Amino acid sequence: MKIIRYVLYDILRSRMIIGYTAFLLLVSAALFATETNASKSILNLLNIVLIVVPLVSIVFTTIHYYNSYQFIELMLAQPIERMKLLLSEFLGVILSLSAAFLIGIGLPVLLFSADGSGISLLISGILLTFIFSSIAFWVAAITQDKAKGIGVTLLLWFYFSLIYDFIVLFLMFTFSDYPLEKAMLGFTALNPIDLGRVFVMLQMDVSALMGYTGAVYKQFFGSALGMFFALGVMIMWAVVPLFLAIRVFKKKDF
Amino acid sequence: MKNSIIVLYLFLPFFAFGKTIKVVAGNSIRQAIATAQAYDTIEVKNGYFYENQLVINIPLSIIGENFPIIDAQYQNEIFTIKAHDVTIKGFHLMNIGKTATIDWAAVKILETRNVRVEGNHIENAYFGIYLSASHNCWVENNFVTGKPSEEQNTGNGIHAWKCDSLLIKNNFVKGHRDGIYFEFVTQSSIERNFSTGNIRYGLHFMFSHNDTYTDNTIRDNGAGVAVMYTRHVTMLRNHFDHNWGSAAYGLLLKDISDSQIENNTFNNNTVGIFMEGSSRIVIQNNQFHENGWAVRVQASCDNNVFSGNNFTSNTFDIATNGSTMLNKFEKNYWDKYEGYDLNRDGIGDIGYHPVSLFASIIEQMPHGMMLLHSFMVNLMERAEKIFPSLTPEDLIDNQPVMKPISQKDTPQYVN
Repeated sequence: MKIIRYVLYDILRSRMIIGYTAFLLLVSAALFATETNASKSILNLLNIVLIVVPLVSIVFTTIHYYNSYQFIELMLAQPIERMKLLLSEFLGVILSLSAAFLIGIGLPVLLFSADGSGISLLISGILLTFIFSSIAFWVAAITQDKAKGIGVTLLLWFYFSLIYDFIVLFLMFTFSDYPLEKAMLGFTALNPIDLGRVFVMLQMDVSALMGYTGAVYKQFFGSALGMFFALGVMIMWAVVPLFLAIRVFKKKDF
Repeated sequence: MKNSIIVLYLFLPFFAFGKTIKVVAGNSIRQAIATAQAYDTIEVKNGYFYENQLVINIPLSIIGENFPIIDAQYQNEIFTIKAHDVTIKGFHLMNIGKTATIDWAAVKILETRNVRVEGNHIENAYFGIYLSASHNCWVENNFVTGKPSEEQNTGNGIHAWKCDSLLIKNNFVKGHRDGIYFEFVTQSSIERNFSTGNIRYGLHFMFSHNDTYTDNTIRDNGAGVAVMYTRHVTMLRNHFDHNWGSAAYGLLLKDISDSQIENNTFNNNTVGIFMEGSSRIVIQNNQFHENGWAVRVQASCDNNVFSGNNFTSNTFDIATNGSTMLNKFEKNYWDKYEGYDLNRDGIGDIGYHPVSLFASIIEQMPHGMMLLHSFMVNLMERAEKIFPSLTPEDLIDNQPVMKPISQKDTPQYVN
C-alpha cells in the first residue's frame, strides 16, 4: 500500500498528468460553452474521448513503466511479492489517470448534462482508461526496449481506433450478401473503443438511427442484458491483459 | 370550396329560426331530441348525463353550456348524425364503447352535409369524430384525447371517409391510433391542428386529392405523418417535430404527385421526409433541423424540386438508394457546405454533394450503422469531401446558398 502512495505521489507531481487534466477540462468546457444543445456536445465530447483517452492512457502508462524501471528493480530487492508490486504500480497509474479524467471530463459533464448519456460517457471513459493502461502494462512487461515498447503501444492504439474499423468495413463489403447482424455484435465486442462508443450512443437520441438499420443490434445493446454484456466485456478487456502482464512479470529476469 | 363553407357558416344562424328547448341535469337529452322539430335548438345545461345512441334525423342545434358531460359508459356511441344542418357544440363526451365490428364514435356523421362539430371535449373515445360520405362539414376547436391500447383496438381521433369540402381546424388530438385520418377526402382544408402522442400516425391520408394542410403541428407520434396515393397536396407552414423511433418519419410521401410542401419545419425526426414513387413535388423554404436523415429520396422519385431549404445539424442531409437522380436541388442552405464565394453574390462557387459517403455506405450496408460517429468514418468523410469518388455524382446542389435562408416566423398552434 505504501508503494501505491509513492507511485501516486510520483505521478501526480508530473507535468504530463496536469497537462492532460487541463486539456480535457479545456476541451469539455469549450464544447459545453459553444454548443447550446447538451446532447450534441456530449456527442462531440465522445468523439474526443474515444481518441484521446486510449492514446494518453496507453502512452502514459508505457512511459511511466519504463521510467520507474529502476524503482521497480529496487523494490524487487525488498521482500515484496512481485504481483503486489505490479498491482500497486497499476493502481497508481489508473487512479491518477481516472482522477484526471473525472476532473477534466466528469466535472463539466455532471454540471451541464448529468443524464444517461453523460453518465455512460464517464463510465466508458474510465473503463477505456483501465483497458488501455492494462494493455500498456502487458506490452511493457514483455518488451525490454523502451522505444520498441512505445512503438508497439502506439501501433495498438492505431489499430483499435482506426484500422480495426476499416477491417470491419471491408468485411462488411465482402460479405454483404450474408446476414451479418449477429456477426456485428461480435465485431463490436472485439474492440473496446467501438464498445465504448456504442455503449454511450445507445443512451442518446441518435440510437434511433441504429434501430432503423440494425434492429437486432439496437435491441441487444439497448436492453439491460446488452448493457451488462458491454460492461462485462469491457471489464474483461481490462482484466485479461493485466493478468497476462502479471504472469510475464512474475517470471521475468531483471 | 372553402369559401362556400364560410359563406354557409355565416348564413346558418338565419336558418335556425326554430324554438329553443332547455335540458337540465336529470332530464333526458334523448327525449328532447325526440320532441324537437326541424331547426330547433336544444340547450343542455351543465350536468352529468348517462346517454348513448342519440340519433339525429332532423336539422338541429344541440348546444352544451359549461360542458355538460355525456357518459356512454363504454356502451355504443353518443351522437349519430344522419341529418343535414346539425350543430353539436360545447359538450364533454366520454367513454365510448369499443367493438371490433362497428366503428363507434363520440360523434358520427353519416351521409349528410352542413354539420358543425365544435368546441367539444372528447375523452376515452374509440373513434373521436367520424365523418362518412358527407360534405361541407366543419370540425373546429375540439379537444380529443384517448387512452391508446394496441393498434387494432384503438380508433382514430378524427376520421373521414369519402368526404368532400371539410374544414378541420384548431383541433387537438392525442392518444389515438391516427390523429387525423383521411381516405377519399377531397377539396378539404386542415388547419392549425395539433396531433401528438398517437400510436400510429399523427396525420394519415390516402387517395385524398386537392387538400390543403396549413399550420398544423404533428409531434411525438408513433411514426409521424404518412400520405399516400394522392395528387395535388398543399402543405404549408406545418411543424413536424420529434417523431423519433426506429421506424418513424416526419413525413412519408408515397406515390404523391403535383404537390407543394412549403415553409414547414422538420425538427428531430428520425427521417424528415421519406419519398417514394413521388413526382413533381415542389419542396421549398422548409427547415430541416437535427433530423437523423433530413430527406431520403428513393430513386423511384422524379422531377421533384428542392429549393430554398435550410439543412442544419442533421446527421445525414440526403440519402438515396440508387445512382440515378432525377430530382433537382438548388439554392438550398447546407450547414455542412465548406465551399467559398469569391464573387460575393451569396451563392457558393462550387457545388455541394449533399449525400455523405457514410450515408451511401449505409444504404448499401445497413449494418454499417455500427460505425456511426467513429473516428474512421469521420476521416473517410473528410477524404471524400476533398476527392469525391463514391457518392452519387448527379445529386448536387450547384448553387448552394452561403447563409441560412431567413423565414418568416410561422404561427404555432394555440388552444
